[in-house]
Amino acid sequence: MNAATETLHFVRNEQVEAAPPPRLVRGPLAWMRENLFSSIPNALLTLATIYLLYVIVPPVLRFFILDAVWVGVDRDACRAETVGRPVGACWAFVADKINYFIYGSYPIPERWRVDVFFVLLAIGVAWMLWLNAPRRGLGAIYFFVVLPILSVLLLAGFKPLSLPPVQTSLWGGVLVTIVVSAVGIVFSLPFGVLLALGRRSKLPIVRLFSVVFIEFVRGVPLITVLFMANTMLPLFLSEGVTIDRLMRPLVGVALFASAYMAEVVRGGLQAMPKGQYEGAMALGLSYPRMMYFIILPQALRIVIPGIVNTFIGLFKDTTLVAIVGIFDLIRTIEASRVDPNWATPTTSLTGYAFAAVFYFLCCWGMSRYSLGVERRLAAGQKR
Amino acid sequence: MTTQRTAPSPGVTLKTETAVEMLGVHKWYGEFHVLRDINLKVQRGERIVICGPSGSGKSTMIRCINRLEEHQQGRIVVDGIELTNDLKRIDEIRRDVGMVFQHFNLFPHLTILENCTLAPIWVKKMPKKDAEEVAMKYLKRVKIPEQANKYPGQLSGGQQQRVAIARSLCMNPKIMLFDEPTSALDPEMVKEVLDTMVGLAEEGMTMLCVTHEMGFARQVADRVIFMDYGQIVEMNTPDEFFRNPQHERTKLFLSQILH
Repeated sequence: MNAATETLHFVRNEQVEAAPPPRLVRGPLAWMRENLFSSIPNALLTLATIYLLYVIVPPVLRFFILDAVWVGVDRDACRAETVGRPVGACWAFVADKINYFIYGSYPIPERWRVDVFFVLLAIGVAWMLWLNAPRRGLGAIYFFVVLPILSVLLLAGFKPLSLPPVQTSLWGGVLVTIVVSAVGIVFSLPFGVLLALGRRSKLPIVRLFSVVFIEFVRGVPLITVLFMANTMLPLFLSEGVTIDRLMRPLVGVALFASAYMAEVVRGGLQAMPKGQYEGAMALGLSYPRMMYFIILPQALRIVIPGIVNTFIGLFKDTTLVAIVGIFDLIRTIEASRVDPNWATPTTSLTGYAFAAVFYFLCCWGMSRYSLGVERRLAAGQKR
Repeated sequence: MTTQRTAPSPGVTLKTETAVEMLGVHKWYGEFHVLRDINLKVQRGERIVICGPSGSGKSTMIRCINRLEEHQQGRIVVDGIELTNDLKRIDEIRRDVGMVFQHFNLFPHLTILENCTLAPIWVKKMPKKDAEEVAMKYLKRVKIPEQANKYPGQLSGGQQQRVAIARSLCMNPKIMLFDEPTSALDPEMVKEVLDTMVGLAEEGMTMLCVTHEMGFARQVADRVIFMDYGQIVEMNTPDEFFRNPQHERTKLFLSQILH
């Protein structure tokens, strides 16, 4: 070193061997110093966080796992007096009611049909979500055409296949939650795209219709839309025609989600450079082809986070259908927690905790999946 | 001579020897009068270079030819078809008129090969295999067949512009429009694109080219047009245009760009 700095002329004539870094550059100690205690405010924040974790984590762990009761047939299993120790979550209650939480009042001998529906849906979802899946075009047809028809026949009943009809008023629990959100998700994307294109259309009537629809639906709360779907939809139809009670909120949720989706998609369309339209037009592509091949694939890719955000919101909003008398998961939990057979101090908490875990896992899954897709698409083509 | 010139695709009758005709064309952007009384007749196989200061309307003029911009007065006849609001005619014209843009406008989510085959497959209804063969032929011609399966973002600017030229050629156009094709390129890439264009010109393609590459104009143009304030100010053979400009504004412009 010195030789190099002190003289004008320098030639290195021996190799500097690779040496291990000093202890404070790598390793857990260095990491902590750099990330947790790099300055006094940071050190204080770290200590505060550790204290908060200490306050929150142990009780949660105790409630969910350590003090939880896993087996039992009635309330005696979950009462501190009978058990002789503090009792956390009463999972025995959930285990006892799990069939009701999943199927609602769906007739017991017919519940296999719901199971088949879940399996068919899982196949469809996996086929659509797995980006390297074989024959994805076929998967799309299965998911958007075959699956809905099969599901209706299977769940509502189909005489020729000796599937006795099951009233939708008997459906409930996870089944209803999944059906409502699946219908919302499946319809909102294509309708949302159409509305977004309509809002940017050059045709004044189409544009006016789209704007009015989007602003109107977005301007009222979902509960209002559900009430209106429940009470007003029958008014529009001729007498004697009744719409199924489950169908009404389905329509309401689908319309509501479409309006939100339309605005998300419009954001993507607006981010597209004009040159992409011009490049496509100059090649003689017609408007539908230009949109389908050039604009929408890129625009939708930009707004994947927004789309998934809408899906997650929609999935959680389905709990609101309980208000118009549909027995979704939350409603079945509400109905079960007052069962005198399971009346304990922690029954309600356990029911809500179960719902929270269920919703969290579903939403977190969607979020992780979308992150994965974004990363993959980003790797596929650098701009 | 080229296939484009001597052997028009079957079913298409040669309606006229005039490729593009503009008669008294006017255009306004709101109150702003961008094109003022444009009269221009381009023969088949002719190479026209259009230059002029920025904002003079040269891009707007060639964009009117494939209706990326609408004109409000006058007539534009392309390949015997008059441009009106009839969408069918517009599509027909766009099929026969290729365009290369300043910013390439390649589709970043498609591979180079897909960029080139999309329009032939969906507009010309060509079978996929044939379209790929044609695409490879033109990619070879612009000397980048080895990039066929990459995405546009992985290519240099010059390569992207050559892909854009190949993409247009895949539609087997009768007329090519170039809108400042080298303006967005790094200096060392200008030549590769110009060479491709010179090759095209030598094969007899009808070309209208907005560019400031005066060397290119000297080498291939049949006529050079100078535009200013939305008008055609001067039009001449390149020799005369550069050696003996008539109009004051032309002289000023040339003195500014030819150092």
